[in-house]
Amino acid sequence: MHAYARWKFWLILTVLIGSIMGAAPNVMTSLPSWWPASMSQPMNLGLDLKGGIHLVVDVDIEQVVKQQVSDNINVIRRALREENIRYSKLESNATQVTVVIKEVADINQAEKVLKAALNGFTMEAVEADTLVFTISENEVKDVKSYAIEQTIEVIRRRVDALGTTEPVIMRQGDRRVLVQIPGYQDSARAKAIIGQTAQLEFKLVDEKGDLDQALQGQIPADDMIAYGSSGQPYLLKKRTELSGKDVAKARVSIDPQYNEPAVSLTFNNQGARQFDRLTNENVNKRFAILLEGVVQSAPVIRERISGGTAQISGSFTPTEAHDLAIVLRAGALPAPIKVVEERSIGPSLGQDSIDQGLSSIIYGCVAVLLFMVVYYRFFGLVANIALLFNIVLIAAAMSMLGATLTLPGIAGIVLTIGMAVDANVLIFERIREEINNGKTPFSAIDGGYDKAFSTIMDANITTLIAAIVLFQFGTGPIKGFAVTLSVGILASMFTAIVVTRAIIVLSHKNRKNIKELSI
Amino acid sequence: MQIIRPDININFLGARKIAMAISAAVLLISLSLIFFKGLNLGIDFTGGTLVEVRFHQQVEMSDIRKSLEPAGYGTAVLQEFGSPSDILIRVQNKEGVESSVISTEILDALGNFFSPDQVEMRRVEFVGPQVGEELKSAGMWAVIYTLIGILFYVMFRFRLRFALGADAAILHDIIIVVGVFSLLGMEFSLPVVAALLTVLGYSLNDTIVVFDRIRENFDLNRKKKHPEDEILVCNQSINQTLARTLMTSFTTILVVLALYLFGGEVIHDFAFALLVGIAVGTYSSIFIATPIMLSLEGKFEMSEEDLKELEARP
Repeated sequence: MHAYARWKFWLILTVLIGSIMGAAPNVMTSLPSWWPASMSQPMNLGLDLKGGIHLVVDVDIEQVVKQQVSDNINVIRRALREENIRYSKLESNATQVTVVIKEVADINQAEKVLKAALNGFTMEAVEADTLVFTISENEVKDVKSYAIEQTIEVIRRRVDALGTTEPVIMRQGDRRVLVQIPGYQDSARAKAIIGQTAQLEFKLVDEKGDLDQALQGQIPADDMIAYGSSGQPYLLKKRTELSGKDVAKARVSIDPQYNEPAVSLTFNNQGARQFDRLTNENVNKRFAILLEGVVQSAPVIRERISGGTAQISGSFTPTEAHDLAIVLRAGALPAPIKVVEERSIGPSLGQDSIDQGLSSIIYGCVAVLLFMVVYYRFFGLVANIALLFNIVLIAAAMSMLGATLTLPGIAGIVLTIGMAVDANVLIFERIREEINNGKTPFSAIDGGYDKAFSTIMDANITTLIAAIVLFQFGTGPIKGFAVTLSVGILASMFTAIVVTRAIIVLSHKNRKNIKELSI
Repeated sequence: MQIIRPDININFLGARKIAMAISAAVLLISLSLIFFKGLNLGIDFTGGTLVEVRFHQQVEMSDIRKSLEPAGYGTAVLQEFGSPSDILIRVQNKEGVESSVISTEILDALGNFFSPDQVEMRRVEFVGPQVGEELKSAGMWAVIYTLIGILFYVMFRFRLRFALGADAAILHDIIIVVGVFSLLGMEFSLPVVAALLTVLGYSLNDTIVVFDRIRENFDLNRKKKHPEDEILVCNQSINQTLARTLMTSFTTILVVLALYLFGGEVIHDFAFALLVGIAVGTYSSIFIATPIMLSLEGKFEMSEEDLKELEARP
């Protein structure tokens, strides 16, 4: 015990200074310029403490796969037409496209052509004249993961347009996306903006077709029925002339005719050319603008429009028009999404939680500090110093690791306070035992620390196992609890064993003839 | 100061039959409560919508209900949350309804009735039906994985009978805490599961300390000329660690009590589960873990060490 290693003392001092510096950004409003960058970040506060919106959305990825499969119908049609191969049937379901060739003699040629034209599909000749193309598993995986990435991109652009700081948008599991918008309150608006597919389509109205007959079920082959927002039906050409992909810009404008908010679109080059051709060829006919499959308006084309701009009107409120412009600018989602989980916290609740969390830390801490001094006197005081060190160390570690503090996380810190002194209780009780067994004070201290060590390790490692499982299983706030608990356990092993021992050794160092310990 | 005298020698294991009987009875009651009365599952597990609002004026519950009727939520469950101005509104998911808009409709309805600046959104939680199911199974698996992880660790560090004793004590604690939640009809939510896992870690912590001492004393005992009975050694170990067991439980209960009293309404149930769990966990490490471990004597071990020791005996 007299040969106390000097390097331990320096290690403790380094950790102490480091943790005070690392924890400082949480309490200081400004730091000197020489302060190391890795130590200038305060703890991240979780949404449950600073308020904000937490959404988990589910992406309908089956829909994307289905779309991918049916898109290939056009590829097949074109390829067969180029080769002058005629077919009698061409249809798709969720994962397969089936082609029936008219002349059996053409089948080999068709196989060759289509094999080259279709990527990511496996081909199977089920009958002499029938080919079935099944989307491959790899392709499905690619399509799905591309859809999720694209969804994340689009949501990010939309959320950024809300003007919020540091939103978190990330993949969660196979088909979900987590969206966190700190400090934002309007959950209804956030959900509306994030959730819109923003499927914008321009289709021609079939002026020759008979709407009444179509409504009774006799829809012309290339036509479809769509409804306006108030329920009036339209007979439209199936073909989509222009879509959201052709839009370069979207902004709020005022419709001069009705003096109402509207959204002005500017097409990209290709879109402008297409729109120019469409308006030129269809003067005095109507075209319909559909959003999410609902007809917003169906204006008559008065003259050719070459400027590449169009306007969507349809009795919007200013906010609606503004939000529509946002989602059109950000682009369409690749698949419909659905909010499956929401946890949004208002600012006042977050602040209350911080205040209440802090006061429970303070009360809990004071109670433990008092108890330890009363019960273990000088040794209790040493344990208390270690405990305070422990709290500073946790704060520093959390800040420097960029971990997030949540309300359950605060509970984790409170709990750590209770459990951190456990190691000292174990050691001190053991020292008392050693003294009762007639050991001298110094060898009692050594014996107490040595014998308690394996117990402390075992006890803490098992708690760590629970904390790790908790981290794996938990969502946001619970994860925060697991993090602070783990950090707390690790920090407490250092402070309760190494730090207390150093203080005890150093404070008894120059007193050779100690008869009794203040324990 | 020293409350527990160093030469204390209480015959804990002498009372093990009584303790086991009491525990068996409490477990039976807990299990029947859980199975027959069930748990008041929170929306984390059932799915649904929860809206917490603060009113900046005096409001009557009946007015709140009236305000929700036009939107079709007249049957929502209303509850005061900590103070009369904070109200929790709960609505179940309905089949086929786009449920994520329910909270918006509720807030709009309240705003229309009372005026928007009188109603403050404190919290919105919505859990879709599928997510609820997933969280339920995730919570269950978390407890099972922890039990297995601990079983292996204790087996590795000690022996199988110790591991089984520790797991029995943990299971005992978890079932009783869940039983108390069922008995009081308190809401069983995600944070409560987190508290359960913490209790699990804590209870084990307690048990390990006792086991560690038993192992140490077993080793000492083997070296003696006339080894004592295992049960006496265990009882001695429990007494030796008693001061620590009680001190640690006391300090931990102190801080959890602070959390329970000052931590606010959101963390209340979480802290309550911890309080019950720590009390039960302290009891179980003395009265459940060690007796179970003892009752498995000779069942799972005949290590070389033991065999040698047996041969060495006269």
